[in-house]
Amino acid sequence: MVNIEAHAYDVVVIGAGGAGLRAAIEARLAGKKVAIISKSLFGKAHTVMAEGGAAAAMGNVNSNDNWQVHFRDTMRGGKFLNNYRMAELHAKEAPDRIWELETYGALFDRTKDGKISQRNFGGHEYPRLAHVGDRTGLELIRTLQQKIVSLQQEDKAKFGDYQARIRVFAECTITELLLEGTGAKKRIAGAFGYYRESGEFVVFEAPAVVLATGGVGRSYKVTSNSWEYTGDGHALALRAGAKLINMEFLQFHPTGMVWPPSVRGILVTESVRGDGGILKNSEGKRFMFDYVPDVFRKQYAETPEEGDRWYTDPDNNRRPPELLPRDEVARAINSEVKAGRGTKAGGVYLDIASRRPAAEILKRLPSMYHQFKELADVDITAQPMEVGPTCHYVMGGVEVDPDTASAGVPGLYAAGEVSGGMHGSNRLGGNSLSDLLVFGKRAGEYAASYTDELAARPKIDDTQVAAAVEAALSPLTREGGENPYTLQSDLQDVMGTLVGIIRRKGELEDSLRQLAELRERIQKVGATGGRRYNPGWHLALDLRNMLVVSECTAKAALEREESRGGHTREDFPKMSATWRKVNLICSLSTEGGVDLAHQPIPTMTPELLGLFEQSELAKYMTEEELS
Amino acid sequence: MTVRQFKVWRGDESGGQLNDYQVEVNEGEVVLDIIHRLQATQEPDLACRWNCKAGKCGSCSMEINGMPRLGCMTRMSTFEEDETITVTPLRTFPVIRDLVTDVSFNYQKALEMPAFAPPKDVEPGEYRMQQVDVERSQEFRKCIECFLCQNTCHVVRDHEENKLAFSGPRLFIRAAELDMHPLDARGDRKEIAQQQQGLGYCNITKCCTEVCPEHIKITDNAIIPMKERVVDRRYDPLVVFGRKILRRDQLTSTAVAEPAVHSGPVTVAEGAAPVNFSRPLSGPPGPEVNAAGHVNLNEMLSDRAAAASPFGDDITFPVDPKTLNYYHPGGADH
Repeated sequence: MVNIEAHAYDVVVIGAGGAGLRAAIEARLAGKKVAIISKSLFGKAHTVMAEGGAAAAMGNVNSNDNWQVHFRDTMRGGKFLNNYRMAELHAKEAPDRIWELETYGALFDRTKDGKISQRNFGGHEYPRLAHVGDRTGLELIRTLQQKIVSLQQEDKAKFGDYQARIRVFAECTITELLLEGTGAKKRIAGAFGYYRESGEFVVFEAPAVVLATGGVGRSYKVTSNSWEYTGDGHALALRAGAKLINMEFLQFHPTGMVWPPSVRGILVTESVRGDGGILKNSEGKRFMFDYVPDVFRKQYAETPEEGDRWYTDPDNNRRPPELLPRDEVARAINSEVKAGRGTKAGGVYLDIASRRPAAEILKRLPSMYHQFKELADVDITAQPMEVGPTCHYVMGGVEVDPDTASAGVPGLYAAGEVSGGMHGSNRLGGNSLSDLLVFGKRAGEYAASYTDELAARPKIDDTQVAAAVEAALSPLTREGGENPYTLQSDLQDVMGTLVGIIRRKGELEDSLRQLAELRERIQKVGATGGRRYNPGWHLALDLRNMLVVSECTAKAALEREESRGGHTREDFPKMSATWRKVNLICSLSTEGGVDLAHQPIPTMTPELLGLFEQSELAKYMTEEELS
Repeated sequence: MTVRQFKVWRGDESGGQLNDYQVEVNEGEVVLDIIHRLQATQEPDLACRWNCKAGKCGSCSMEINGMPRLGCMTRMSTFEEDETITVTPLRTFPVIRDLVTDVSFNYQKALEMPAFAPPKDVEPGEYRMQQVDVERSQEFRKCIECFLCQNTCHVVRDHEENKLAFSGPRLFIRAAELDMHPLDARGDRKEIAQQQQGLGYCNITKCCTEVCPEHIKITDNAIIPMKERVVDRRYDPLVVFGRKILRRDQLTSTAVAEPAVHSGPVTVAEGAAPVNFSRPLSGPPGPEVNAAGHVNLNEMLSDRAAAASPFGDDITFPVDPKTLNYYHPGGADH
């Protein structure tokens, strides 16, 4: 019999990024005993990569800003497919969540009158992003990390133990959620996982689990995401009986570095464009003016001169088209490269060097400068960058109740990138940091109150634990199993070439066939070596999660016959008002395959509808909805 | 594409050895790319931490040819074509396996350090700070916690016995950050650094600054100012009080009308010593600094053999009572 360490907590938070930490703080403040489970060391989560800022309508820079405007921008960005209630809550609560961070010790950049400074960003009507240079994500994670430490110090003072009420399980991976009961009575009972360091197993007995595991980007070769982004939370939710929504919508950040390889996939923040950077093709043409879609024509400059004036006089000029929403810019770059006007490495040029003095670039984009100088010996104050679309964010995710973040299975909650609906078909820059704060807090709050209402704690079923142990050990015991690195690389090839930024029916069908073959091969994956810190084994266990979320993406992408936000079908290039009314829902069939279903999207309340002009709604909605 | 020679340490806490590998290297790659290729092609269970591969998370700390570095920020082009590249785990922390070490020391020290203390009467949303004031702390908040500074610091590098009393450069910049935070409600950050974190162990060799991938001036901007102010504050209660109520730029010029060290008004007996309680006070002179504005901490550069006088080197004893704001309760005879 294998040795299994056992713990009991009220709330187990899986994931130690912004959403997870915020949820843990909230649950602890509600008096619960909380475990934070992190695949990496504490404080290394992917949230540190966020550069631009956190969107919140505080109105510090432009007092015209308010939650209604932010809501409108979010819905427009998501092409009206967003869960309106989530977008509403997000816009309303984001400022409070940001201000709260200051009481935890965060130091945002300031305006002249000492308030939190806010910067312009693609798709946001007013300067709205609270920021710290270009390392806002790091500030956020460090602030939350230090708040947790401060709560642990309070607990030490009260109970004599730092870990009395919050404990961080670093380098620990959850492979299964444990459930009690079946059918309608099914509820969360705990979670099973292993310590990466020792390979030892661990069981958490807990009535409530918050998923905050981030995204799925590791299924793609060119990605800004770290190795952790293997869709664990998506897959755990599916296996627990929850549903995924909108999985076809993946955001490809328009400006990832494509050359040199040491920085391939790494993001060049949108602020480079917000601060004056422009996109040029290999012929030296500033091409974005040719790609402004009709729905945005009114808000964007028509000439380079007007665009240039906007940086200093935004009230009387319209913004340059480089600041269109991410999906538009990504598509434009893709078209230029496909038309043969790209660089050798398959990108276009992003030029700020010729537009701003070196000193100003250094001041405004210090870590960007530093990053490329050190990582790739590229001097962004002297030469243009080579950029192209890189897989960045998944809009789709676990279907949750907007108010409570509940994932449908009693006791299961999801927040941050792993949840779906908030961003619709396309996320605006800056909305992810505020999303994870707003819904991280809600998930923690409602997970805590759920445990209050329980008559009895659920019991862990030992057969589930035994099955989880067997599944976890199987790659190590399998003789002559296939190399996990090869399998991952093959999976990335399928997703990159067949389910990439521009999609076609034939290719998507092909991808499903190839994913089915990969499913067979992944069941026979093997790992050499022992259980102690063995990355090959860890990858082997992650592969099945990557596979199932890839299948969801491919299936939903094939089903949705329109182009919208992060989903572009070459064979259906137009946005369709009928498709807007449909959410695609993925669930797991009894045989373990992916089932796909249509579900109508919730109808926006008249008050919220009233925030838009009828003429704008007409671009998105059917005749029937408008009348 | 070329094939290059690598030596990578493999083993665990019971011991290990440097293994030789020949690995493909392409133009524009970094050491972490090569470690990944090694995992994918030759050693699938080679343990190595990494996350962002963009110099932002501080996970892939290792020693490359003996230098503490981030694997993702060490370009292969910085080595000679025929150079053998040796990759070993961080030396200061116990090895778990291969390139992965147990860095829990750093988290324990962070846990023991008093957290940010929010000002009591300022509501969320009402925090007001000037950019110039937050920038000083922001420099230290750039820290990505790669722990290379902790690893290179010779106070603990080969001195396990110092770990109990010494928090290390990472936590000194955290102390400096909170000390310089415009709204932190605690006034004793420097004392904590001195008394609980072992700031005094540091003798300013600047190794930590040298290895910092974020180029934080750990020694010059955090450790030295903390040391200097610990020295002058430790002996002067007036400065302690002044710092609580004044901004730094007001400290030297503003005189205190009533000596603040006394509580309440003092009555002077008739015919007693002519004490002027309202005499403007200058701050303590502080230790002598060199051209760069730093204390001469090296005795070779100082003009005297011992430490500087805590009362300032230009004061001779006994002092003339007329220059003091002190009235001996026993009267003029004392």
